[in-house]
Amino acid sequence: MPIRTVMKANEAAAWAAKLAKPKVIAAFPITPSTLVPEKISEFVANGELDAEFIKVESEHSAISACVGASAAGVRTFTATASQGLALMHEVLFIAAGMRLPIVIAVGNRSLSAPINIWNDWQDSISERDTGWLQFYAENNQEALDLILIAFKVAEDERVLLPAMVGFDAFILTHTVEPVEIPDQEVVDEFLGEYEPKHAYLDPARPITQGTLAFPAHYMEARYTVWEANENAKKVIDEAFTEFEKKFGRKYQKVEEYRTDDADIIFVTMGSLAGTVKEYVDHLREKGLKVGAAKLTVYRPFPTEEVRELAKKAKVLALLEKNVTFSVGGALFQDFSRALVNLDERPKIVDFILGLGGRDVTFKNLDEALAIAQKALNGEEFDEVNWVGLRKEIL
Amino acid sequence: MAVRKPPITTREYWAPGHAACAGCGCATALKLATKAFSEAMEEKYGDPNAFAIAQATGCMEVVSAVFPYTAWKVPWVHVAFENAAAAASGVEAAWKKLGRKGKILAIGGDGGTADIGLQALSGMLERRHNVVYLMYDNEAYMNTGIQRSSSTPYGAWTTTSPPGKYSIGEDKPKKWVALIAAAHQVPYVATASIGNPFDFVRKMKKAAKVDGPAFVQVHCTCPTGWKSPLEKGVEIARLAIETGVWPLFEIENGDFFNIKIQPPGGGAKVTREGGRIVAIEFKKPIEEYLKLQGRFKHLFKRPEAIDEMREQIKAMWKVLGVDVTLPKPEE
Ligand SMILES: Cc1ncc(C[n+]2csc(CCOP(=O)(O)OP(=O)(O)O)c2C)c(N)n1
Ligand code: SF4
Repeated sequence: MPIRTVMKANEAAAWAAKLAKPKVIAAFPITPSTLVPEKISEFVANGELDAEFIKVESEHSAISACVGASAAGVRTFTATASQGLALMHEVLFIAAGMRLPIVIAVGNRSLSAPINIWNDWQDSISERDTGWLQFYAENNQEALDLILIAFKVAEDERVLLPAMVGFDAFILTHTVEPVEIPDQEVVDEFLGEYEPKHAYLDPARPITQGTLAFPAHYMEARYTVWEANENAKKVIDEAFTEFEKKFGRKYQKVEEYRTDDADIIFVTMGSLAGTVKEYVDHLREKGLKVGAAKLTVYRPFPTEEVRELAKKAKVLALLEKNVTFSVGGALFQDFSRALVNLDERPKIVDFILGLGGRDVTFKNLDEALAIAQKALNGEEFDEVNWVGLRKEIL
Repeated sequence: MAVRKPPITTREYWAPGHAACAGCGCATALKLATKAFSEAMEEKYGDPNAFAIAQATGCMEVVSAVFPYTAWKVPWVHVAFENAAAAASGVEAAWKKLGRKGKILAIGGDGGTADIGLQALSGMLERRHNVVYLMYDNEAYMNTGIQRSSSTPYGAWTTTSPPGKYSIGEDKPKKWVALIAAAHQVPYVATASIGNPFDFVRKMKKAAKVDGPAFVQVHCTCPTGWKSPLEKGVEIARLAIETGVWPLFEIENGDFFNIKIQPPGGGAKVTREGGRIVAIEFKKPIEEYLKLQGRFKHLFKRPEAIDEMREQIKAMWKVLGVDVTLPKPEE
């Protein structure tokens, strides 16, 4: 029987790792995800998880050790955030290029300077071009579930890519919520043993991994990472379906909420989706035709689902906790690309908000709504808007 | 007819067909190292192939693993420049969990070990992974075109330590990574040289057989970066030993008081106290080593720089507990 309990997202991530039974974990503490390696240490110390836990001296070595272990052919896991993820940057490309299905739990946190330990998505968003799959959790249950799903998709032979699962710093990492811990046997059925045919370091059948490629081969190698990302779209859908069958919880790459007759749809990710759904309810009570959508999967980018979503709205209002300088948010680019060649498309308004842990309030959302309404009414509007800026301290 | 057993296995792991420069001393080092490893694995586990390699970016990586070819007949992985030790940690942990017998060999150049990879090396040693780390020390970043590293010796020309009106070439003494490694109190640390291949093989075997981490720093010539004659690699490396430039020693369990110094040969007069070498009077001047290499050519117009080098070499030996006398060449 699944156990219903309460826990923080960090604990949920550690539980997910335990259930996935990785053989090697390598991790280094960083706020807000420190509890993940702590909890895993406990599991290992108590014999509840039979794994090698390498207490590395940095995140760079954490991911490097994961690459080594994964290249040797075993399931591997790590957790980090912010500066730690940034320190891994170089090796993230390598893990994807070598097609190693490592999973990282990311407690989404801002990047320095100024140093700030609170939530936004700049850390993982900045890694969007590494080739890694990216999932974002709305709550602690999703943090647990999506890590299991991430392993399933990452290890699929049609994919073989590493994956990261983001959950918001403090809002989720440190907040206790009800979580259902699935049965080990069902997780075992869902995930199966990891038996790689492409990455192993076995003296009985020696192979060379991580080679140099001249111009004659490099592009093709990169293309396979592209192709694997494309394949992942279908594989993710299959994994979501199977997950729902086994565990009863439904996931979609783009989850819609009250969008059917909406003029304006707010689009966001992570825990902010919860706030936005409530905000939508609040607006609906006032008779406004507003909906919400949440990206559970950010890489591969769910282009088809976004195009479907676009058909339903006159305005897409993107709520983003990240910045791509001089452009707006990353989603703004992604949505623009997805919709640019459609004959009919909604207006896209971008909102940058909640950076460095600033609360996103209904008042902030009212501000966004007012601008989105301008766009809806054919008035002039700014494409990129910083919401909740304290102009008085600039 | 009696057939003599070859002094080392004829099995090849670093196969002919790699693309190192003609006369590359580092290629020789890797060839010997893998053979030694295989012998050790055979003796320890009954399986000569019971090892895998994790290698750093550098000359020896780019010349051996160019897709779709490979020079490696052993499981091999390259991750990046600075993380061979961390990657090897991961491989070792995975092998442990897979219940696989054998040992991991991590390989890095002096740049990938003494500079950018020093932290990962320290972490790997401190955590006691069952890995032998082999630092092939050609005393510069050769792969990127001969830039100085912290292991470049004093006075050497490199493209980033050019001699000039205000420069004698590299102006810092060499960093001795083997001593840093030994400070981790790991089971085995040694220096070696392709100028004494039997000693190198013996040390690699010993390193491979200990339980826990080991570190071997092998001095190997690079005719391209040292501007030295292709055919004189081993001779130059041996001269480094015989003139005092390159000390050969072993330190077990971080016990600096029981450091084992090998006699250098070349006519050097060795004084022992209780079995331990305490003084060496070298007979060959360091100039004999220097003069075969274009990278030191400019020093011959700056004899004070060579004297400074002598002082630094003495100081380095002092750390090893040995008083050395270094002769000047006869005029
Ligand atoms: C992070 C990073 N910085 C720089 C480089 C460029 N780079 C590749 S190999 C190398 C030098 C290697 O020198 P060394 O470790 O001494 O090995 P060698 O080439 O001499 O064999 C450098 C600087 C790199 N690959 N990665
Ligand atoms: S540059 Fe030097 S180290 Fe590199 S392959 Fe050539 S000889 Fe060997």
